[in-house]
Amino acid sequence: MTATEKTTTAPGAAPALVKLTDVSKFYGNIRALQGVSLEVSAGEITCVLGDNGAGKSTLIKIIAGLHRHDAGTFEIEGEETVLANPRAALDHGIATVYQDLAVVPLMPVWRNFFLGSEPTRGRGPLRRLDVDLMRETTRAELLRMGIDLRDVDQPIGTLSGGERQCVAIARAVYFGAKVLVLDEPTAALGVKQSGVVLKYVAAARDAGLGVVLITHNPHHAYLVGDRFVLLKRGTMAGSHTRDSITLDELTRQMAGGSELDELSHELERVAESGAGTPPTTAATDGAAGPSDPDGASDPATRTTAPKRDDTTR
Amino acid sequence: MSTARPADGLDERLAPTSTLRKLLGRPELGSVVGAVAVFVFFSIVAPTFLQASSLSTILYSASTIGIMAAPVALLMIGGEFDLSAGVMVTTSALVSSMFSYQMTANVWVGVGVSLLVTLAIGFFNGFMLTRTKLPSFIITLGTFLMLTGLNLGFTKLITGTVSTKTIADMEGFSSARALFASQWTIGSVTLKVTVLWWFAIVAVATWILLRTRAGNWIFAVGGGADAARATGVPVVKTRIGLYMGVALCAWISGQHILFSFDVVQSGEGVGNEFLYIIAAVIGGCLMTGGYGSAIGSAVGAFIFGMTSNGIVYAQWNPDWFKFFLGAMLLLATLLNAWVRKRAEATK
Repeated sequence: MTATEKTTTAPGAAPALVKLTDVSKFYGNIRALQGVSLEVSAGEITCVLGDNGAGKSTLIKIIAGLHRHDAGTFEIEGEETVLANPRAALDHGIATVYQDLAVVPLMPVWRNFFLGSEPTRGRGPLRRLDVDLMRETTRAELLRMGIDLRDVDQPIGTLSGGERQCVAIARAVYFGAKVLVLDEPTAALGVKQSGVVLKYVAAARDAGLGVVLITHNPHHAYLVGDRFVLLKRGTMAGSHTRDSITLDELTRQMAGGSELDELSHELERVAESGAGTPPTTAATDGAAGPSDPDGASDPATRTTAPKRDDTTR
Repeated sequence: MSTARPADGLDERLAPTSTLRKLLGRPELGSVVGAVAVFVFFSIVAPTFLQASSLSTILYSASTIGIMAAPVALLMIGGEFDLSAGVMVTTSALVSSMFSYQMTANVWVGVGVSLLVTLAIGFFNGFMLTRTKLPSFIITLGTFLMLTGLNLGFTKLITGTVSTKTIADMEGFSSARALFASQWTIGSVTLKVTVLWWFAIVAVATWILLRTRAGNWIFAVGGGADAARATGVPVVKTRIGLYMGVALCAWISGQHILFSFDVVQSGEGVGNEFLYIIAAVIGGCLMTGGYGSAIGSAVGAFIFGMTSNGIVYAQWNPDWFKFFLGAMLLLATLLNAWVRKRAEATK
């Protein structure tokens, strides 16, 4: 976490890798996204936070080239662009790692790693996959990110969720992505696996990539994020830099302050009717555990695990 | 995560992964086990089954199914069906025959026109599928019915009967027959050229599937179309290409039928599409796509050849054949599922 923050829209020396300004998207008469602005620069992680239905998926699809935006501007390295398809996004160096469709489960790891960009050798009818290169590169690249696979020939579906995410991230990095878009990479993972994935996200950032991290977990976002964009019902509920917001405030804003107070009261009543000590501020911290006065220190301790050293080694 | 790897590239956790286990992971395994069982069974109950001449007959009937089963297997790995494959063979033969006869042209002209028409049908299937996004079951069922009607309707309209006129005396017939329907007799064994076509098609299909980019795309399109699209795989082209591959082999198959008999019955081919699918499934193709092999489809076709002829050699009533085929399909599918589960679990 080395980021020294610039102001949100500093038109510094290099333009932002990806910059969205007042972007909107409509499906028929349904407003999926309205007036959302976001930017990410090299070596930076921008987190997009929002609850279910907040418009995170729509936003990711616009950046990935699956959907076109209806209003606003989409700039890639300072140039206004409309992406025609995912291939066009890839050609611009924007690689998207989807939560569940990053890979084809039945296919071996090495085939997945090179899917869509397979290296070949030979000419004409003898043009064939360079299988040895593919196997070796897959093994080496994964090892470089710290994943030591037993067998690159195993179907990728047999890997754990975290490992699969890491394969997808390693793939994007290998293929020269400048911007990495991650769709809820930790959503289905346990604490330890989440930690592993976040470590690779940070590794990608340190390698000079711009990262857009989509999540509904403010703890995970705050661990690695430099900027935070909050979405709510398709609109932008807030945009912050790391030094302008604390984790508590982020969590609070994400859940929606007043709604959370209400929830907190309700839970209090439940707790009083049962037996136990009702922690008034517990709800703002996510799941359980006592409130941490220093919100930024080690937020993940609050989820469930008492010890997390093993994941951030 | 940080355990040091031995320098020789071997991983201590990759413990004795035996050759046996690797074999268990192959999609063809179930079909090979089945083929051996069927072979042993008929060797015992039918004394003439093991004669060399019987083997050549079995190979021939296996090849007529196998030529189509290989591209159908690729299509199924790509996640789709083609119910029009059976009648498409007949359409291809009819077009070739009637065009040559009506235009009194060299039969090679008819053969060429037939190739174009058949490929166009394949393209139509793929195009409709990718455009409408309807299930391939519906699209190709429609094509199947339309082709069945067109085959009968056009033939009756043009020739006045349900079969085409003979083209045996036309120019180019003998050379075309040499390519599509020749045979060699070595001792008591007759080898038909379709067997060579079959082996060649299976070899090419296996090459495409395992060693080309297109093969990677076929697995991906069948195993996870959304993931394939997201990684930049040309999903639409792959699907259309698969249907055109089926059409290409339907053309070869159709020309064989035409040149081995010199007339074509317009009502033939109905039901054969299921034999192709059965051969592919016995050979280890998953109904849901993303898994299977071309070699497996060849083994499936061989099982078909052994069963259909074995029943004759055993001097049973051939009415039982369909029952055997059905039972075989069920057993093979169960065996495949079981084997795959074991292979996955022990990995």
